[in-house]
Order: sequence, then structure tokens, then C-alpha cells
Amino acid sequence: MAALGRAALLIALGLVAYALVAGSYAAWKRRRRLALSAQNALLAAFPATVVAAVVLWVALGRRDLTFQYVAQHTSHSLPLGYALAAFWGGQEGSLLLWLLILTGYAALAVWLNRRSRELVAWVVPVLGLVATFFAFMLCFVSSPFVTAPAPSDGAGMVPSLQNPYMLAHPPMLYLGYVGLTIPYAFAMGALLSRRTDERWIVATRRWTLAAWTFLGVGQLLGAHWAYVEIGWGGYYAWDPVENAALMPWLAATAFLHSVMIQEKRGMLKVWNMVLVALAFCLSLFGTFLTRSGVVNSVHSFSQSSIGGWFLGFIVVMTLFSVALVYLRLPLLRARTRLESLVSREATFLYNNLLLVALCLTILWGVVYPILSEALRGETRSVSKPYYDFFLHTFGLPLLLLMGIGPLVAWRRASLRALGRTFLVPFAVAVAVGVALLAAGFGDSLPGLLTYTFAAFAAASIVLEFQRGTAARRSIAGESRLRAFTMLVSRNRRRYGGYIVHAAVVLLAIGIAGSSAYQTIRERALARGQSMEVAGYTLTYTGLATRQLANAQAVRATVDVSRGGSHVATLHPGKNSYPVEQQVSNEVSIYHDPRTVGDVFTIADQIDPNGTLYLKVLVKPLVNLIWIAGLVFVAGSLVAMWPDALEQRRLAERYEPEAALA
Amino acid sequence: MAWALVLAAVLAVLAVVFVARPFLREPTPASDRLDEPGEAERRRLGLVEERDRALAALKELEFDHRTGKVSDEDYRRQVGALRRRAAEALRALEPRVDAAPSRHPVDRERVP
Repeated sequence: MAALGRAALLIALGLVAYALVAGSYAAWKRRRRLALSAQNALLAAFPATVVAAVVLWVALGRRDLTFQYVAQHTSHSLPLGYALAAFWGGQEGSLLLWLLILTGYAALAVWLNRRSRELVAWVVPVLGLVATFFAFMLCFVSSPFVTAPAPSDGAGMVPSLQNPYMLAHPPMLYLGYVGLTIPYAFAMGALLSRRTDERWIVATRRWTLAAWTFLGVGQLLGAHWAYVEIGWGGYYAWDPVENAALMPWLAATAFLHSVMIQEKRGMLKVWNMVLVALAFCLSLFGTFLTRSGVVNSVHSFSQSSIGGWFLGFIVVMTLFSVALVYLRLPLLRARTRLESLVSREATFLYNNLLLVALCLTILWGVVYPILSEALRGETRSVSKPYYDFFLHTFGLPLLLLMGIGPLVAWRRASLRALGRTFLVPFAVAVAVGVALLAAGFGDSLPGLLTYTFAAFAAASIVLEFQRGTAARRSIAGESRLRAFTMLVSRNRRRYGGYIVHAAVVLLAIGIAGSSAYQTIRERALARGQSMEVAGYTLTYTGLATRQLANAQAVRATVDVSRGGSHVATLHPGKNSYPVEQQVSNEVSIYHDPRTVGDVFTIADQIDPNGTLYLKVLVKPLVNLIWIAGLVFVAGSLVAMWPDALEQRRLAERYEPEAALA
Repeated sequence: MAWALVLAAVLAVLAVVFVARPFLREPTPASDRLDEPGEAERRRLGLVEERDRALAALKELEFDHRTGKVSDEDYRRQVGALRRRAAEALRALEPRVDAAPSRHPVDRERVP
């Protein structure tokens, strides 16, 4: 069966390499049939990759230990779901997932835009180039189809990966990472074909939004996974691999904002090209960090030899993008200019600068250990204070700008109009800030500022919906509900964006509450003893062991009460995995609906005499972070939802004959 | 092993046929030239984008004025220039607009 997988990958490599070479020649020499042939090769690469993926999945499902990859990442006792998820648990499988998603996305994107032949003719070789790299790696450097005599049992899966989030978090991230290839390929295709109109933006608008949403949701799922599984009490540790997903997301966020300036004002064409290339190169860099093991990370499960290849490819793609943008600079000149520094487009520009600054400072923090080791021979790394400093420096103004932007008019805003629109959000923010100071929240300045700015942004969002609905009612004479729904459905990108802003407000409040205002206590408890933490009483009442499918579990029983009333029984403990020879912390959490916060318990140590070393974290408002995820998805869906009227208009713009047919 | 090789061979043959399909369907085409927009088409696209931008900006300005984000004074100062820009783009596109006057949704009244 491994032979079929290898053959399918070789066929996929042949197809994407043909798409690259024949596609480039066809686009250069304007050969129609050859361009269609290259396009077909890209389409055919997807089923070929699907065959390879199915072979690996079948091998994982059957625990066919003659496949080295299967033997390294599964065992006979590993439950089927996790065995199948081992597809993306290791390097070779992850690369295959990259290629599978890339060829699937490429086939769909090319097919959907098949009418724009002159643009797609150049998009095909760019997609072919990226796919060729991954197919080559899978065929000759890091194949999941290497076989060897089967051992008696496999090495199993790292215990922290044996979690339901393993089924969703990595694929989500890859859907996001790989998705950024599509806008990149269309942007480079536009430059190569000298079509610097907005066609490529229109073609990739939803792809960018979808990739950005997957990346955002993937990160939140990863954060929740870390929170419930890793067992240190946090959800984000500025780990290099976590940062690797955050950086392209930040670059894509900047792009999603600045591309609106190009659509509305015809400005920032060069900047948009730079951002889309940056987001793509950072997504490659993210994969490189995750899979190469070049930096120490809780996510880098293996050291490997693919680092040099990846680094080389990232350098090639970066040089290719920079050279292409440079060569096409004369075509990218804007004919309009920023009219005022106090305007909507100016706030977008400030937002872009802050997002890119945050992205680059995180990048510096990630590459610093690599550079220090390469240049000085000693590994130096930056830690949480570095990242926290820049998060406060750039993140807090970003939060404030998120409230300011929607209140400012396009092109130019007068002070009088600004005073009128700012009055309510400003008053709300001041009232919230003063109330929090009076309530004793002043001991954390970043926390206090986050709450105050979040109040400003929230008021601004509510006001936007309220004023928009009122304006529509006055124009169309509709009921309040109809005016509201029509307002959103006729301006999906704008109001979907505001819903996403609301998600960011919830996220900011959740992060501030659970980090700046959390309470942590640790104590050794004998059976029957209690400890007090932030108004909760936790009493250790007993200990039990039980056998799981592939682990031995020990669980303490801890009763939680508040104000003398019992509210929950928690079971923090540990799992011992005999095959993997590892022990994992199994945390237990009480979600308090009253505070939207958590009582988070960790059994740090359990002595043979039954003494429990209990660590308790009370994290106010932490659940707003996960609620923000749901709001984020809702907002993204609203923004992405197709608008038939808009699509007809764009079809007529780019294919007038087809639109009239 | 043998069945795997047979499956792989079938996959390879299907792929080759699919890739060769444009040549098999049109062995001797009248023209094998890949169309690209000429100067006139590029100019039309530029003008259509400019027209759409100007019309969208006008609608946005009206809406911002109604919601209070744009003062009366700013509105009066900006609306004239935007109308002129939209009119210029429409005039430049006139032959095209004559050819398809009723199909353009932007031309219809649309409340933001």
C-alpha cells in the first residue's frame, strides 16, 4: 500500500511541476491550450494527493506499523480518533496535509476564476511553484511512506496531543496557513500579468477572509487546548510556535483593512502587495518553526532535517515577491492621495502601522534565539516581559483605534463632527475608567486601560449600529428590526467587521481579567483540609485511581464552595502513559457563571501518603475569550456571506459580455 | 503490491489524459492565442473602477452625513467634487453605458 502512496505523490509532483513549467511558458508566450493544460494539471494534482492522503489514513487506522510514520506516532492501544489525527501529529503527515489543502484550494480557486484566463494563466504557475516545493519534500526529503519491518508496538502519541482538540486545532491552523497562499498567488499573478486593477482583490476577498478566520479560530482552539490540557493555568505563553500562527494572522488583519483603502480610494497598492506577501511568507515561516524543531517549543515534537530546505524556500519566495513588486512599481502608483490625517483611511493606516509593528516585534522575539545561536554560539531568548511590553505598547492603541476608526468619516473629518460622534463613547469610557478606579482596579495600569479602551470601542460599535439603523429608518421608513437587518445585509463586510471588532473587545476584556486580575494560591493539603482563594473555599476530600484505555489515572476530589454554599466538585489529577512513558497533568475547572470566570485547579504533586499539592487559579472573565471566538466566527460569516447584487455588479465590471449573456 | 502498481498506473494515465485534454479536444485550433485585455479594455476597467469608487464614495458621504459623522459644512465641501468625479467617469464610459444601460445595479437607487 505504501507503494501506492509513493506513486500518488510522484504523480502529484509531476502534475504540479508541469503546472509550474508549462504554465509559466504558456502565460509568457500567450499559448491558450498550454495554459489550459497547465490549469488541468493543477486540478488533477488534488485527486492524486487525495489518494496519497487516503493511503496514509488507512495505514493509521489499521495501525500498519510497517509504515515508519505510523509506528512513530501511534500504538495499538491508541484510540482510533487519535490514530487518524496522527496524520498531522508528525512532520511528514503535516507536510502531506499542507499539500492536500493547497491542491484542494488551488483547484477550487482556479476553477471559480476560470473565466479570468489572462490572470489565472499566471496564478497557475505561482500555485504550482508552492505545491512543487511541498510535493518535492514529500517525495524525496520527508516521505510518510517509508517502510520498515514492523515493531511489536508503536511509539504512541505524546499525551498532551491525546485530546479532542487534536482533531480540530492543527487542521484549522493549516487551513489558515495554506489559505493565505491563494491571495498571494493571485497578487503575484496580477503583477506578472501586469493586471494591477482590483480583479485579484475581488477574486481573493473571501479566500483571505476565510484563511484569516481559520487562522484565528485555530489559535483560539489551540489556546483553549493549552488551557485545559497542558496544565499550567494559562492559554498563551508566547511560545515560538504560537507566535508563528499569530504573526501571519496580524499581517492578514492589516491586509484586510488596507485593501479596503485600495478598493475605496485606489491607494496603498504597493503596501497591499507587501502585506499579502508578508502574510504568505510568515505562514511558510510558521510551518518551518513548527516542523523544523529549530527553536525550543512545546509544539516542536521532533527535530528534523527539513529546516534548511524550508529556509531556502522562504528566502526564494521572499526575494521573488520583493523583486516582482519592485519591477512593477510604476504600475502600482496611486493617483489619489491621503486628504487628511484625520480621516477613516488615516485611522486604517495607523492601524496598519501598529499591526505590522506588533507583528515585526514578535518576529524579532522569535528569531532572536536563532540569530544569537548562529552569530554568537549561545542561545539567548526573549521572554514574556518583552512580548507583554510590546503587546501593551501596540495592542492598547490598536484597541483604542478600533473604537475611533468607525466614528471618523472618509476623506476628512472636522473637529466639530468628531466632537459630536465621540461624545457618547468618550463619556462611557471615562465613566467605566473612574468606576473601576474607585472599585480598586487601579493596581494594574494595563488592565485598567484595557477595560477603559474596550468600553470606548464597545460604545462606538453599538453607536454605529444604532446610528446606522436610525439613518436607514429615516431614509426608507422601515421598522427598527427591518432597518437593522437590511443595514447589516446590505453592508455585510462593514457590519460583519464591526461584529468581529466586538469579538476583539470581548477577547481583550477576557485577557485583561484573567491575567492582570487573576489570583494564584498553592498549598499542600491532607485529606479533609481546605484552602481559601478569592472568596472560594476548596476542600480536599479524597483520592481515586482508575484504568483508562491507554493510561492509569489518579484523581483527587476537591469540593468548591462560595459563601458557605457548595458550587462544584472538581477532580484534578494525573495520567500515567506506560507506552509513551510520560505523565500528564489533568486539570479540573469550575466555570462560574456569576463572574464568567474560572476556578482552575492543578494537582501539582500527589504523595504516596495521599498529600495533595494543590495549585488554584481564580481567573475572572476568562470565559469571555472563548465566547469571543463564537462572536468572531459569526462576524466573519456575516462579512463573507455572498451578496448577489454585489456579485452581479462585479461580474459586469470584469466580464461585461458574460454578465449580459 | 501488484494492485497498488495497477492503481498507480491508472491514476497516471487518467492524469495524463486530463492534462492533454485541451490538445485532444482542439488538435488544430483556429487560434491558440491566450486573450489578454488590450489598451482599450484596460482603460475601460480603470474607468469602471473609478466610477464605482466615486459612486460608492457619494453614497458613503450621504450616509455619514445622515449619521452625523460628516458636518453640513464638510458635506457641502465634498459632495460637489465627488459628483464631478462620478460624472466624469460616467461620461468617459458613455459608449459602454449606452450599450448596457439597464443592467448596472449601481445605477439603481440603493439605500446603504
